[in-house]
Amino acid sequence: MVNHKISRRTLLTGTAAAGALSLTGLPARAEVNWKKYAGTKLEVILAKGPRGDNLQKYVKEFTELTGIQVESEQIPEQQQRQKVVIELTSGRPSFDVVHLSYHVQKRQFEKAGWLADLTPFMKDPALTAPDLVESDFSAAGLQYARNDKGQMLSLPWSVDYFILYYNKELFEKKGVAVPKTLDEMAAAAEKLTDAKEGTFGFVGRGLRNANMAMWSNFFLNYGGEFLDAKGNILTDGPEAIAATKLYQTLLTKSAPPGVAGFNWMESMASFTQGRSAMWIDGVGWAPPLEDPAASRVVGKVGYTVVPAGPKGQYSSTYGDGIGVAAASKNKEAAYLLCQWVVSKTQGARLLQAGGGVPFRNSILGDPEVQKGVKTKEWLQSVIDSGKISKLGLPVVIPVAEFRDIVGAAVTATLSGADPAAELKKANDQYRPILERSEKA
Amino acid sequence: MSALTQSTPGAAQSDAASEKELRPPSYWPFVVPALVVVIAIIIFPWVFTIWMSLNEWKVGSSTTFVGLSNYLRLTSDPRFIEAIGHTLVYTILSVLLPLVLGTFAAVVFHQKFPGRGFLRGVFIMPMMATPVAIALVWTMMFHPQLGVLNYLLSLVGIPAQLWVFHPATVIPSLVLVETWQWTPLVMLIVLGGLAAIPSEPYESAQIDGASIWQVFRFITLPLIMPFLFIAGMIRMIDAVKSFDIIFAITQGGPGSASETINIYLYSVAFSYYDLGYGSAIAVVFFLLIVLLAAVMLYARQRMLWTEIASGT
Repeated sequence: MVNHKISRRTLLTGTAAAGALSLTGLPARAEVNWKKYAGTKLEVILAKGPRGDNLQKYVKEFTELTGIQVESEQIPEQQQRQKVVIELTSGRPSFDVVHLSYHVQKRQFEKAGWLADLTPFMKDPALTAPDLVESDFSAAGLQYARNDKGQMLSLPWSVDYFILYYNKELFEKKGVAVPKTLDEMAAAAEKLTDAKEGTFGFVGRGLRNANMAMWSNFFLNYGGEFLDAKGNILTDGPEAIAATKLYQTLLTKSAPPGVAGFNWMESMASFTQGRSAMWIDGVGWAPPLEDPAASRVVGKVGYTVVPAGPKGQYSSTYGDGIGVAAASKNKEAAYLLCQWVVSKTQGARLLQAGGGVPFRNSILGDPEVQKGVKTKEWLQSVIDSGKISKLGLPVVIPVAEFRDIVGAAVTATLSGADPAAELKKANDQYRPILERSEKA
Repeated sequence: MSALTQSTPGAAQSDAASEKELRPPSYWPFVVPALVVVIAIIIFPWVFTIWMSLNEWKVGSSTTFVGLSNYLRLTSDPRFIEAIGHTLVYTILSVLLPLVLGTFAAVVFHQKFPGRGFLRGVFIMPMMATPVAIALVWTMMFHPQLGVLNYLLSLVGIPAQLWVFHPATVIPSLVLVETWQWTPLVMLIVLGGLAAIPSEPYESAQIDGASIWQVFRFITLPLIMPFLFIAGMIRMIDAVKSFDIIFAITQGGPGSASETINIYLYSVAFSYYDLGYGSAIAVVFFLLIVLLAAVMLYARQRMLWTEIASGT
């Protein structure tokens, strides 16, 4: 029995696809019948990026295991979100499996009922490998994947924590210690700034909408909550004002000129050129930072958790999931694919390539998997962030409006506008939009 | 009818046949295909957009008829009102600058000098490039630290600018791109006008001792005015609905400092999925364009042709 369990696990890891054949031949045992849906054709729609690459690169292994044919396409994130919504609205989507951004689409998908409930599949031992249990997903993952009724509407695929990247060389040169609190960070940023040399203490997203992902790190650490118990938006309170003041100080005093128009790409360019000493952004950027062809700071980058604020220490968390369209005719086969996507093998590959972080604790905590990760300090920052993870955006339908409106207010403070007044104005503008969406 | 029966006496049958022959032919079969196309791709979408604008129409939820409330919402939407302002500033600048520069270029290229044909070709090249590709190149040139524009400024001792990265300079910077791309179009139109001017007025002006400026002001300019109006109208319609360059360079930022009606409309309809409200914006936007075009047409009709007609 023990032996079988192990071999089932190996089977899931895909390292023994041949063994899988002999195993599935065993009768009368409650185990996954991978071949049951052989010959089915699945369509998958993916957002462009390392997760999509990870699936497409190895999907042949899934076809070998199950006999299911998979057609997949990757579309740039923004366009993928639009296309998916339009197709799902039509009621006859062209895809069975959909890659979704939880932090933008969770509420929208739930309310519209676009995703199939995976809970019964997960309870069916003929469909689900024994190691895939809900409790293996991190709290943030479950928060994202489950609806109010506790149904799993998707499988959490990859989590994005925000971490602090810092340039060890610049820190040593100026004799500055790695900041443990936000106040220390602001002070360090000022010390590290040397406008004459063209180096700056801090860089990060200033661009409206994109900036909310970084801003929320400050907001949460100042004790902010996005919504009150009644679902009212709270982003004009004292926590938000304090967070915005910090944001304003950092990006006007210690950041490169033009930062108001920076997204992650421009920020990364500044950091990899050694022009900025600190950068707060998602965990996914270690590969380009450590790539000698693209970066001047290879081997000099420190990775750590976002510094603590006066009211706690949190890492803003975002994430992707993979789910089955409620309108799909091949739900079971599609579920098998989702399961394979979040399997240990695939998760380990994703982590080791630096393209994402699996939501499953059994993967992240596995010493064997950890051994395969090149940058140990990065991995540590990921594990530590997991312990202080908190959702970085309100779970509402009009997320895009929230990011645009409050994001514009926050950006406006970079050209001198008053944080309190701007946030108040943004809140007044956003509140009716939120109310309308919840009523509908 | 009575005349008919008189001229063709006989049976009622032949009477009817000749009546058919004499009836003017029907043109309907020729009109119908075009009519169907126009209804399907112009009129129907318009009627449907107006219908959508009267509904609360959000992707993923049911639609309800709300009358004019989307339009009322527009009047108290600060983003929309700001967007109108941005659109007007952007439009005025990117009509005037190409008109002035294009006229100047046309006057220069109207002279005869060696290599003129080749240089004209070079000059109109920006017009042929794809706006998005142009936008990406300009984005790099605008970069405050790594861009070539600030380097060029530094050569003449001007401090580095923030270009599209600052709310105060973003619209002029975008207009710079628009001007660079569309000045050649104005030049081509005006060149056509210049070629049509007879040489006599110039000769008599020379005899009367007019200065170069006087010749331009009192002869050239009035005579090319109709062409300038055409160019201005084409530019205006283009500038009002400009989307690609703004979207690719700033996406309406920093903040919402370069958010024009078009960019806002796109956000509302395709990233907030609020089709009803988006349609209301589209309707208002359309009316605005029609209004601007009508004003220009009226002004042209009113002033220019009469002035020239009475002048000649």
